[in-house]
Amino acid sequence: MAECKYNWPKARDRELIGHSIDRIDGPEKSSGRAKYTYDTNRPGLLFGRLVTCPYAHAKVNAVDTSKAGKMPGVKAVVVINGPGSEIQWAGDLVAAVAATTEPEAEDAARAIHVEYQQLPHLVQEEDLSKVPAASQKPLGEQRQGDPEKAFADPNAVIVEGYYGLPVITHCCLESHGSVAEWTADGRLKTWTSTQYVSGGPGEFGAGLRAQKVQVDDKDIETICQYIGGGFGSKFSVDRWGIVAAQLAQQAKRPVKLMLDRATELEIAGARPSEYAKIRVAASKDGTLTGWESESWGTGGMGPSGAPTIPYVIDVPNKSTKHTQVFTNIGPVRAWRAPNSPQACLVTMSAFDDLAAKLGMDPLAFLRKNINLAPEFLRKSYLEELDKASELAEWPKYWHPRGDKTAGPIKRGLGVSLHTWFGRGHAGTGQITVRPDGSVTVQSGTQDLGTGTRTVINIVAADTFGLPLEAVEVEIGDSRYPRDGASGGSTTVGGVSAWTRRGAVDARNELFAAVAPSLGTTPDQLEAREGHIRVKGDPSKSLTWKQACAKLGVKPIQTLGRNPGPCDLISGGVGGVQIADVSVDTETGIVKMNRMVAVQDCGLIIDMKTAESQVFGALIMGVCYSLYEEKVMDETLGIMLNPNMEFYKLAGIGDIGEFKVHMMTGPGYDERGVIGLGEPPVISPGAAISNAVANAIGVRVPTLPLTPEKVLAALEKGAVA
Amino acid sequence: MQAFEYARPKTVRSAAHLLARRWGETEILAGGTDLVSLMKDGVARPRRVVSLRDVAELRRLEFDPRMGLTMGSMVTLHELIAKPEVAEYYPAIVTAAQGVRSEQLQNMGTVGGDLLQRPRDWYYRNGYGLLAEWHGRSLIPNGENRYNAILGNSGPAYFVSPSSLAPILIALGGGVRLEGPRGYRDVPLERLYVIPKSESEREHSIRPDEVLTNVYVPSASKIAMAVYEVREKQALDWPLIAAAVALRLNDDKVEAARVILGQAAPIPWPCLEAEKALVGKKVTETVAAAAGQAAVHGARALSHNGYKIQLARVAVKRAVMAAVKGVA
Repeated sequence: MAECKYNWPKARDRELIGHSIDRIDGPEKSSGRAKYTYDTNRPGLLFGRLVTCPYAHAKVNAVDTSKAGKMPGVKAVVVINGPGSEIQWAGDLVAAVAATTEPEAEDAARAIHVEYQQLPHLVQEEDLSKVPAASQKPLGEQRQGDPEKAFADPNAVIVEGYYGLPVITHCCLESHGSVAEWTADGRLKTWTSTQYVSGGPGEFGAGLRAQKVQVDDKDIETICQYIGGGFGSKFSVDRWGIVAAQLAQQAKRPVKLMLDRATELEIAGARPSEYAKIRVAASKDGTLTGWESESWGTGGMGPSGAPTIPYVIDVPNKSTKHTQVFTNIGPVRAWRAPNSPQACLVTMSAFDDLAAKLGMDPLAFLRKNINLAPEFLRKSYLEELDKASELAEWPKYWHPRGDKTAGPIKRGLGVSLHTWFGRGHAGTGQITVRPDGSVTVQSGTQDLGTGTRTVINIVAADTFGLPLEAVEVEIGDSRYPRDGASGGSTTVGGVSAWTRRGAVDARNELFAAVAPSLGTTPDQLEAREGHIRVKGDPSKSLTWKQACAKLGVKPIQTLGRNPGPCDLISGGVGGVQIADVSVDTETGIVKMNRMVAVQDCGLIIDMKTAESQVFGALIMGVCYSLYEEKVMDETLGIMLNPNMEFYKLAGIGDIGEFKVHMMTGPGYDERGVIGLGEPPVISPGAAISNAVANAIGVRVPTLPLTPEKVLAALEKGAVA
Repeated sequence: MQAFEYARPKTVRSAAHLLARRWGETEILAGGTDLVSLMKDGVARPRRVVSLRDVAELRRLEFDPRMGLTMGSMVTLHELIAKPEVAEYYPAIVTAAQGVRSEQLQNMGTVGGDLLQRPRDWYYRNGYGLLAEWHGRSLIPNGENRYNAILGNSGPAYFVSPSSLAPILIALGGGVRLEGPRGYRDVPLERLYVIPKSESEREHSIRPDEVLTNVYVPSASKIAMAVYEVREKQALDWPLIAAAVALRLNDDKVEAARVILGQAAPIPWPCLEAEKALVGKKVTETVAAAAGQAAVHGARALSHNGYKIQLARVAVKRAVMAAVKGVA
């Protein structure tokens, strides 16, 4: 069968693909030249400020903006949730103002008088017995096999446990928001901190028309060159984006409306909680036989989805029941690998407890049950378990549960595994090769900090046989060819595939243009090392510039698409992580020693940005394992820690040492490119919780693993 | 932020004259690391802010072997850490200052600001008042009180004293000078802090129109000292508990002891029982542990902060051991 023309180059021919390459926008970012939405300052810019509801549940009776509208500097006022509106979480939007300075906008926002009628709220859900029935939605039982029989087996080894993790927020370092500017002829330009640049115009258009502002989508442009974090919380331009455009229209001046830190943490991102009571059974040799779980969690007032448990390892006989709890904590948003960190934590903790009861090494327990994992992942899981064990020196450091060495500091190791789909999204990009030799790739995609620009650059340059700097990459503008949203780890697969297709087409057009002058046919040419040359006869060649000059005055322009011909991408990755912790059993403080992450993601385009993705995920994993929690006050219904002081995140001294290993070569590369953003953030919670259990001999049931909870678990364990 | 008048006097005397006689009307600006965020959040709404930046007399940092250490209230934490005599003769003061794990805060934050920063209690910072009263009752005893007081918490105050320096300065017998429009008075630091009984009071006994000018610490050449903070994070964060210990040793035996807890009570908490448990003893792990146990005499757990009682025991034990081992 003929080789498909777009296929990835063979390993020996990859001049850039798969190498470790610095991200191309690193200097811009580290020097401050990179302009984020927050940095966008247009001539005549006004500052927008929101009035938000201080109550978790309330009815708006009246909104009086008369005083604010007359205050110095105020140029526009918009009521967002007027009289009669029902507010379902503290921090929700009521009104907004735009003024010439930030302090004026703040003063005006404070001068807007809102009358509320407070209504009963619910903001805590861990104790389900305190949740009114009306706030619970049981999703019914899911069954497989015969769980009752599995648990009734007299030879079964059974453990029963309680596990969970609370609602956390996304805490993007750049808060959500937009700058909106109208032109005299009624067109709208927005700079928006977004994970979906191409979707901006459609959403702004629909949102504005719903507010009776007439504008066509085609007259809207959305720009996002750099973004300070999204993690799944920035797919939408959001109501406050629409409000920025409304204010700008009213004032006839550009308006910047970014959420302040407190509002960012209150309403712009929350990961659903998950709590589970689990029973799990195995035969004496460690083969899993039965699973029973009753779980619940909240994603605010909307449905939060039910994490699929048991996670990855499908126990043959199972019964699962999940209840959604509706609370006034704020709206849920996709958080890096939605539902998976939750499912992974409760599952892998229960398995780890069972392995401990069986007296089995948890690595051996996972190997024993790997045939219950999806078939296509089994081989890679076994390889990754071996690699992780080697890198963590598991045989040297692991011990049965409970570190028996003297002194208060106990050390332990814990393991977890995970999966994610990550098949590239649909998208397009335009590639232009000009007679002067310059090359530009343009796409409406976005770089979330994951290295999208760099990946496009590498694929295009590798295909043309050019150095990285010979290709210019322009992204982050909705006027460029449409690309998908960056979510679900779909961007690198999408952009690398369409870049490859578009670049191969452009290269082949160039081959056709220069073949006659090299006295050969296009199929005999190759683009290598800055030259177009005849295969097997490097003496017959043109430099890239000489070759492009043959185009005369007409540039080559191609549109790369995904999906398209040839299997360049796929989905389905696996990974194994091992955590190594020390726990001070007198204070309950958990200290990270090391995290080992072994991860596959098919063909890797840039080893360095791939590893960086894993490093970032591990940091985020340490944060949610040890520190993060959206702390809600039951009486007031508000978030008590909407700031970077008490919404705790790890610093560099808190994360320990990371070892990251990417699986490559036969068995991995031929699967094509697969996304990586999400998978490595799934396992840390379980791996760290298991490591703490291994160190101190008892399970700390819920994340974050704070001193309060570690000491409580030790005390309870000592009594039992 | 509410508009305010900004004054930048050059002397303490003129600063004192610019201060109002009622709390809240005026605020003193030192490094600004606390006041500015309080004002941004609308928790502090002064009509006038009196900056001490130009008051040169508040920047003294002097050491005399006989007289001890004199610190002007505008001396920064960084200056304190960098002063060789402080590191040599008062190593635990350096440990305490370094507990503020931020270069920015060490550079901007001052000795006076550290001693007089407002509590970090999240109800207070969210605008519910120092006592967090809601419909006549405090929200704290049955609310989210994981960081709140375990000692001195019979009400109505449940916040914890946040100062990094106060426990060790009290343990070393430090005092402060307060200067008002009609002259100055010297107060032992231990007596500066009080538990407020109503929302109109503050957590210290300074008058609204007084300026804290200097901190004096006696010579400590014969004193074994240490600060031990229990930290959830190494990065910038408040300790969950801090213990400061100063011991006068004679032939291994403790002649006199001061044990002060920070982050434990609305004031830096003197652990008199722990001090008694140490005096006359040769310090061993057992004696240190007994002092830790005695330190929490009278402690009372709220709904979620019982673990801090254990942390206080451990912090005192470890601080005592660190002091005798000379590791500050």
